[in-house]
Amino acid sequence: MQTQARATTRTGPAVRLEAVTKDFGTVRAVDAVDLTVHEGEFFTLLGPSGSGKTTLLRLVAGFEQPTGGRIELAGDDVTGTPPNRRDVHTVFQDYALFPQMSVEQNVAYALTVRGVRKAERLARAHEALTTVRLDGFAARRPAELSGGQRQRVALARALVDRPAVLLLDEPLGALDLALRQEMQTELKELQRTTGITFLLVTHDQDEALTMSDRIAVVRDGRIEQTGPPVEVYERPATAFVAGFVGTTNLLRGEAAVRVVGRPGTYSIRPERILLTDPAEASAREPAEGSARQSAESSAETSADGRRTVTGRITDIVHAGAHTRFTVMLPYGDRLIVHRQNLTGLPESARPDGEIGLSWDERDAFPVPS
Amino acid sequence: MRISRTARVALGCVTAAGLAIVYVPLLLVLLNSVNTDRSFGWPPSGLTGRWWRAALHSEGARQALLTSLKAGLAATAIALVLGTLAAYAVHRHRFFGRRTVSFLLVLPIALPGIVSGIALNAAFRTVLDPIGVGFGLFTVVVGHATFCVVIVFNNIGARLRRIAPSLAEASADLGARPWQTFRYVTFPAMRSALFAGGLLAFALSFDEIVVTTFTAGPGTRTLPIWIYENLARPHQAPVVNVVAALLILASVIPVYIAQRLSSDTAGGRL
Repeated sequence: MQTQARATTRTGPAVRLEAVTKDFGTVRAVDAVDLTVHEGEFFTLLGPSGSGKTTLLRLVAGFEQPTGGRIELAGDDVTGTPPNRRDVHTVFQDYALFPQMSVEQNVAYALTVRGVRKAERLARAHEALTTVRLDGFAARRPAELSGGQRQRVALARALVDRPAVLLLDEPLGALDLALRQEMQTELKELQRTTGITFLLVTHDQDEALTMSDRIAVVRDGRIEQTGPPVEVYERPATAFVAGFVGTTNLLRGEAAVRVVGRPGTYSIRPERILLTDPAEASAREPAEGSARQSAESSAETSADGRRTVTGRITDIVHAGAHTRFTVMLPYGDRLIVHRQNLTGLPESARPDGEIGLSWDERDAFPVPS
Repeated sequence: MRISRTARVALGCVTAAGLAIVYVPLLLVLLNSVNTDRSFGWPPSGLTGRWWRAALHSEGARQALLTSLKAGLAATAIALVLGTLAAYAVHRHRFFGRRTVSFLLVLPIALPGIVSGIALNAAFRTVLDPIGVGFGLFTVVVGHATFCVVIVFNNIGARLRRIAPSLAEASADLGARPWQTFRYVTFPAMRSALFAGGLLAFALSFDEIVVTTFTAGPGTRTLPIWIYENLARPHQAPVVNVVAALLILASVIPVYIAQRLSSDTAGGRL
C-alpha cells in the first residue's frame, strides 16, 4: 500500500448526505440528516445504541436505501446504487470474514470478484496483510485467529483495493480494553498513512475523542452537534451532548441559580472543580455585589472570578487514574468532582466530610436545552 | 447432574431394551435373508446365498428398484430446487404472509400420508386425467416431492439461520455481483446442507409406500410396493427378505452421512 495521501481528482466531499431519512415500518431511524465528510478525514458518528448511527453507515454502504433524501460519494449521486457499485468498503462489527476461505483469499476477495490476475491478487493481498502486521497468517482460516487478528484481516480485506471511503461499524467493540486502545492508535495511524477517508460508528466516547478529526453526535436519528473532539467536549451544543460525551454536572432552573448564580442550563465538567479546605473556601473575599445573591445562592463568587461552595461528601469512587467524589450541596444540589490521584488531598476529603469546592466561573458554560 | 448407581444401571437397561426393540427385528431380516430354511425357522438351519442370487435375477425386483431410483432422484431434484428457493425467500426476505407460507410448506410432513395420498389421487384424477396425463411415474414423483421439499426447506432454512447475513453483505460491499456472492459465499456455506437435505429427501422417497399407493398407476411399482405385493406369496418370501435387507442398508447409509454433515458448522469441511 502506498504511504502518500491519495491523489485528489474528485469533485465533491467524500460523503455527503442531504436530508436523508430512513423509516423502518413506522419507526423513523434516520430523520432528515445533513452530513458532510471531507476527503481524507477521520469522521466519527457517536451515539447511544438505537440512535440510528449504524443505519446511517448502512445507508452510505448501500445496504439500506433511504426513504427520502440524497446520498453523494465524491460528488456523484449514489442514491439507489447497489453496494457492489459504490467505492466504499465496510469493516463489520462481527468482521464477517468468509469462514471457508483462507486469510489470503479473504483479503484478496475484492480483487477476485473484479477479475484481477492471480499473481497480482496475491501480491496485493500480501501487501495489505503486511500493513496490518499479519503477513505470516496468509494460509490460516479465520476460525484459527484471535479476535484482534480477525479484526486486522477485516481491515486488510477492506483496504486491499484502496476504496475512497472506509466504513467502520463499531470495529473495536468485541476487543478487550488493552487491545482496543492499541487498535485505536493503529487505526488512526492507518488512516493517516493511507489518506483514505474513514467513517466510523461507535457508542464509545473515548474512541471517538481519541481517533476522530471530527465527531457527529447522533441522537434519535438526528445529528445534535458536529465538530472537532475538543469543541464537542468543551462546548457541547446541547445538554444531551454534554451528558453523552464525557461526564458532566448539568444544572437547570433553580439549581443553576443556586450553584452557578444565573438562570439557565449550565454544564460544569467534573474535572474542572477543585476540592479545597472548607475553611479556606469561606475565607475568600466575596466579589462586589455578590452579597445580594447569597440569599438564593448556595455558592459565592470571589474577587478572582472563582465560584466557591461548601458541601458534604456522600460518595467516593476510586477509578484508577482519578477519584470520583459526589458532593451534596446546601438545598440538595449534587456535584460530581473528578480529581486526579495526585498527593495533597484536603484532610476532610473522606466520606461524610465537609469539603470546599471551587471552579472558574467560565467553566460553567451555558448549554441550550 | 449426579445420578445414583442404581438409576444409572436402570436407565442403561431401559435404553438397551428400547434400542433392541428397534434393531433386533432388523437384524432378523438380515439374518433371514441368508437363512436356508424357507419358513425362517429358528435357529437358522444354515447359511446360504441362494436367496440373494434369486433376488438379483428377479426381474420384478430389478424393475421396482429402477422405478424407485428414478422416482427418488426426480423427487429429490425437484425438492432441492424448490426447497432451496423457498428457504431463501422465507429466511432472507420480509414479505406479507411469510409465516403463513413457512407453515404451509412444513405442513405436508405432518399430514398423515393416507390423507395426502387420497387428496393427491383425487386431484390428479380431476386435473391430469382430462389432459391425458395418466397415473404413472410422473404422479409418484409429484407425490413424493410434496414431502421431500419440506426436508430440503428445513435443512437449508436451519443453515441459513446460522450463516450471518453480514457475509452476503460483506461480499456485495467488496464489489461482488449477486451471482458472485452466491457462487463464492452463499453456495459454499450451504453446500453440506444441500447434500444432507438431498440425501434425507431421497431416503424418504425411496421407502415411501402410502402416498405411492395412491399416486402410482397400475404398472408403476416402486420397491416398497413390490415388497408389499410379494410378501403374501410364500415362494417369494426369501427374496422379499433380501430386498428388505438391501433397503435397510440403502436407508441407513444416507441417513448416517446426512447426520454427520448437518452437525458440521456452517461452511464447514465440505
